Amino acid sequence: MSIEANPNLAIAMRGVTKIFGDNPQVALEMLRSGRSKADVQAETGHVVGLDNVSLDIAKGQIFVVMGLSGSGKSTLIRHVNRLIEPTAGEIIVDGTDVLTMTLAQLRSYRRSSVAMVFQKFGLLPHRSVIDNVAYGLEVRGVAKKQRTEEAAKWIEIVGLAGYENSQPRQLSGGQQQRVGLARALALDTDIILMDEAFSALDPLIRSGMQDQLIELQKSLGKTILFITHDFDEALKIGDRIAVLKDGALQQEGKPEDIVLRPANEHIEEFVRQVNKARAIHVRSIMERGATEPCERSVPMDARCEDVLPLFAEHQWVGVLDNDGNQIGRVTAKQVIKALARYSPDAA
Amino acid sequence: MFPQLIDTRPLRRAIDDGLNWVVRNWGDGFEAAAYPLLMLLKGIEDLLIATPWWLIIAILTGIAWLATRSWKLPLVVLLSLLFLGLMDLWKDAMTTMALMIAATLTAIVVSIPVGVWMSRSLNVRKIFTPVLDLMQTLPSFVYLIPTVMIFGPGKIPALIATIVYAAPPLIRLTDLGLRSVDPAVMEASRAFGTNPRQRLLGVQIPLALPTILAGINQTTMMALSMVVIASMIGAGGLGYQVLQGIGRLEVSRGLFAGLGIVVLAIIFDRITQSFGKQLQGRIGLAEAKS
Repeated sequence: MSIEANPNLAIAMRGVTKIFGDNPQVALEMLRSGRSKADVQAETGHVVGLDNVSLDIAKGQIFVVMGLSGSGKSTLIRHVNRLIEPTAGEIIVDGTDVLTMTLAQLRSYRRSSVAMVFQKFGLLPHRSVIDNVAYGLEVRGVAKKQRTEEAAKWIEIVGLAGYENSQPRQLSGGQQQRVGLARALALDTDIILMDEAFSALDPLIRSGMQDQLIELQKSLGKTILFITHDFDEALKIGDRIAVLKDGALQQEGKPEDIVLRPANEHIEEFVRQVNKARAIHVRSIMERGATEPCERSVPMDARCEDVLPLFAEHQWVGVLDNDGNQIGRVTAKQVIKALARYSPDAA
Repeated sequence: MFPQLIDTRPLRRAIDDGLNWVVRNWGDGFEAAAYPLLMLLKGIEDLLIATPWWLIIAILTGIAWLATRSWKLPLVVLLSLLFLGLMDLWKDAMTTMALMIAATLTAIVVSIPVGVWMSRSLNVRKIFTPVLDLMQTLPSFVYLIPTVMIFGPGKIPALIATIVYAAPPLIRLTDLGLRSVDPAVMEASRAFGTNPRQRLLGVQIPLALPTILAGINQTTMMALSMVVIASMIGAGGLGYQVLQGIGRLEVSRGLFAGLGIVVLAIIFDRITQSFGKQLQGRIGLAEAKS
C-alpha cells in the first residue's frame, strides 16, 4: 500500500499504528483482528497510542490535530520526525519515506526538513536567547557569524529584540515560547511541528501568539502541523482540522465542516462548547450567485461574528471576493440558523 | 556452630599463591604502569612545597573569593591556612593536600567516562552498581594488603587505595546527573538532529555539571578521610602525625594534626560547594525544575 508521490502533499500518513509495550506485534495482531483498544490493554498490558491513522497534509497550510489528553495527538506529531517509531504504517514527508531512513539520514532530515516547537519550550537553560535560537543552525554546522546574524533576525521578527543576551529563565512563559518559535523558524524548514505550543500560556498571550503564527504562516508559506487540546484554538488557526480520540481519527476537514457537520457524538460535544460565530465563515452559509449590491458588505474570509453587528442596521450583507465583486449575500436568519445548536434530526 | 561443609584452606591457599605469582611475575609491570600516577603525585607535592606559603594562601583565598564573591569564605580560608602554618603543620598539610588533589584528579579522569557509560546503558549500570558498592563498603585494609604486596609500601599503594575509596561517589553522581537532565530539553535537542556526542557535550554535561561538581566535592572529602590509613603505608603528611600521636600516646600531636585535616576538609568542601551553587544559579536549574 505504497503512497503515490503527490507533489502537493507535505506529509502523508498511512495506517500509522503505535502500540506501547514489550511485544507490540502480538497486540497489533489482536488489534487487526478487530479487538478493541480496551481489550488489547486488558489482555496484553499494551497501550494503543495510535490506531490506524491516515492523514494527508497539503503544503502551505496550518493543519491542526485536536484531541483531549491521552488521545494520541502528541504521539502522532512525534512520528513525523520519528522521535517515536511507529509499530506499523507509512509516513511520507515531501515524497520521502521517513521510516526507511538510516540514522545519519534521519539526523540530516531533522536538521534541514522539520523543525519543532514544544509545549514545555525545551530551551537550553545554560544558553542565552540568541544561542538558543541559533542552536538548530549550530547543529547543522553553520558558521558562528552567519548563524548569529540569522538568529538575531528571527528574534527581531518574533518581537524579542533587546533580549538577545538574556537567559531563558529571565523571560516570561510567552517570551520563552517566542524563543522556541524563533529557534524553529531560524532553521527555515518547509515543515514546522508545534506540539501544544501555546497551551502553557495565558489566554491573552496565547491569542497574540496565535495571531502572530497566522501572519507568519501567510508571509512564509510554511506547512505547520499544530497540536492542541483547545477546540477554539483549532478553529482559529486551522486551515484543516483532524480530531483524534483514543488514538483513532474521528473526523478530518475544514473548520466549518466540523462545526456544521460533526461526525459523531464526541465531536458534537466539542462543537457545543465553542463560539461558532468565530468558527463559521460567512461564505460557507451565504446565498450564492449574483444579487443586487448590498449597502454593506464584508470580504469572503469574514466570519459570522464579523457580520452579526451589521444586521442591526441592514437586512442583507453582501460577501465580496478578493477583487471586490459581490459573490453572495447573507441574512440574519441564515446566520442564526448556522449558529443554532446542531441536531441530527433537523438536518 | 555452622557445620564445616567444605574445606576453605585450599581455596585460600590458591588465592595467596595466585597473588604471590602475580607479584613475582607482573610486579614490575604494575609498577611501571603506576609510574605516571607517582609522577603526578610527586609533581603536585613538590610544587606545593616549593611554592612560598604566602602565595598558596593568596591563591586559595583568591579562589574562595571567586567562588562566593563575598568576604566570609575567603576569611575562613585565610584563618584556616594561618592555623596550619602556626601549628607547624604546613609541610605535612601540603603533602596531604597533594595526595588529595592527585587522587581527585585521577578519580575525575576515570569516573566521568565511567559515569557517562553507566548513564547510557542499563546493563553497564547493573554491572557497575555492585562494584561501586563493594569499593565503598569493603574495608580498605582488605585491598591495601594486595596493593602493598604488588607495589611495596610507599606513595603508590596509598594513592591507589585513596582513589578506589574516593571515586565511587563521583561515578554515581555523574551517572545520576546525566540521567536527570530534563527530558523535554533532551527531546528538543534530539528533534534538531543532534548526534549522541553533540547531546552529551552540548546539553547533558553542561546541565549535569552542578551534580558532577557535588560528586567532586564528595570525592575530595572521601580522599581526605583516607589520609590516616594511607599514611600507614607510607603516604606521610598529616595522617602520619596522627599515627605517630597514637603510637607515642602524644594526644596533642594527634589532636593538632587531626584538626589540620579538618581544616583542609573545610577549605575544600566550602570552595567546591560554592562553585556548585554558583553554577546552579548560572544555569537556573532551581527555577527550571519548579
